[in-house]
Amino acid sequence: MKIFIEKDKKNIEKKFFGKTFDLLKLLNINPETVLVVKNGELISEDETLKDSDTVKILSVISGG
Amino acid sequence: MGNCSKCKEKAIFLNPNFCKKHFIDYFENKVKKTIKDYGLFSKKDKIAVACSGGKDSTTILFILKKSGFNVEALAINEGIDSYRNHTLVDLKKFCKENKVKLKVVSFKEEFENTLDEMLKQRKNPCTVCGIFRRNLMNRYSKDYDKIVTGHNLDDEAQAVMMNLFTANVDLLDKSNPKSKKIKGFTQRIKPLYFCSEKEVAAYALLKGFEVGFTECPYVHKAFRHDVRSALNNFEEEHKGTKLNILKKHLKNISKIKTSSESIAYCSECGEPSRGKICKACKLLSEIQSFK
Repeated sequence: MKIFIEKDKKNIEKKFFGKTFDLLKLLNINPETVLVVKNGELISEDETLKDSDTVKILSVISGG
Repeated sequence: MGNCSKCKEKAIFLNPNFCKKHFIDYFENKVKKTIKDYGLFSKKDKIAVACSGGKDSTTILFILKKSGFNVEALAINEGIDSYRNHTLVDLKKFCKENKVKLKVVSFKEEFENTLDEMLKQRKNPCTVCGIFRRNLMNRYSKDYDKIVTGHNLDDEAQAVMMNLFTANVDLLDKSNPKSKKIKGFTQRIKPLYFCSEKEVAAYALLKGFEVGFTECPYVHKAFRHDVRSALNNFEEEHKGTKLNILKKHLKNISKIKTSSESIAYCSECGEPSRGKICKACKLLSEIQSFK
């Protein structure tokens, strides 16, 4: 799976099949601090991800 | 997979569970309910929206404009390289597209230095920025009935906790959907008071606002940064923590009699001040004398 983590401005590739929530846990990211976009669409943490998906993890924290 | 609590569509947001359409309705209704329940302003008021080009202020500017309120945008360019210059580009574009009048005032023009330049002398960026930003916002909002800021539920819960950590009782009653009416101050309004940072970000994303979700480069030096992380960790383990802090806070401050502090006016600039000279004039003179 291709994953872009906005906060760190980095692209990673990872084998993953499962709930979005579990991917965030695996990446040590607090779901409260991010939005997840799959193939261009906003998804909930409950959604299942496939290895062929392209995922963006956007930080919700902005400003000072 | 979770479905929307209003229809059978797939939920794109959890707690509460909503599809795209119902999330947008839920969010806009929550803002309108806050405006109504707390009597924040009416369509007769001339409102300045303090804008940064970020998600929060852009969101509230959009909703108020769309709802027919008389709004104009006021932006402060602190002069933070590789940050504010980018967000202001987004803001200018947004205001042009949405036919909103925009006024930009800068630290450089008003105080002779950008924030970056001032910090060569001063160590705490948030103190310097906060004092000058509040000063400019008040000075440039005199022709308006109210000034709206994009403070959200996370910002306000953090503010309550920061004041508790520092045992600062004086500032506790500032974490309100609206400030007290004090002569010389434009009343400050926070219509996003009950909207979480994540909800605002989701709304901005779904609406396709071109706003960067970027943090101020000085944020890591801020006490707020640590309080924010701690509260997000609490929220993950105990859902509703941030909202409960604000609900309890509003209940508590309604019972507390805050000291009716008499307001003086700065002998240098005429702005409201606790002392003979306001914080902005004191700070400016310190910075100038450093040269």
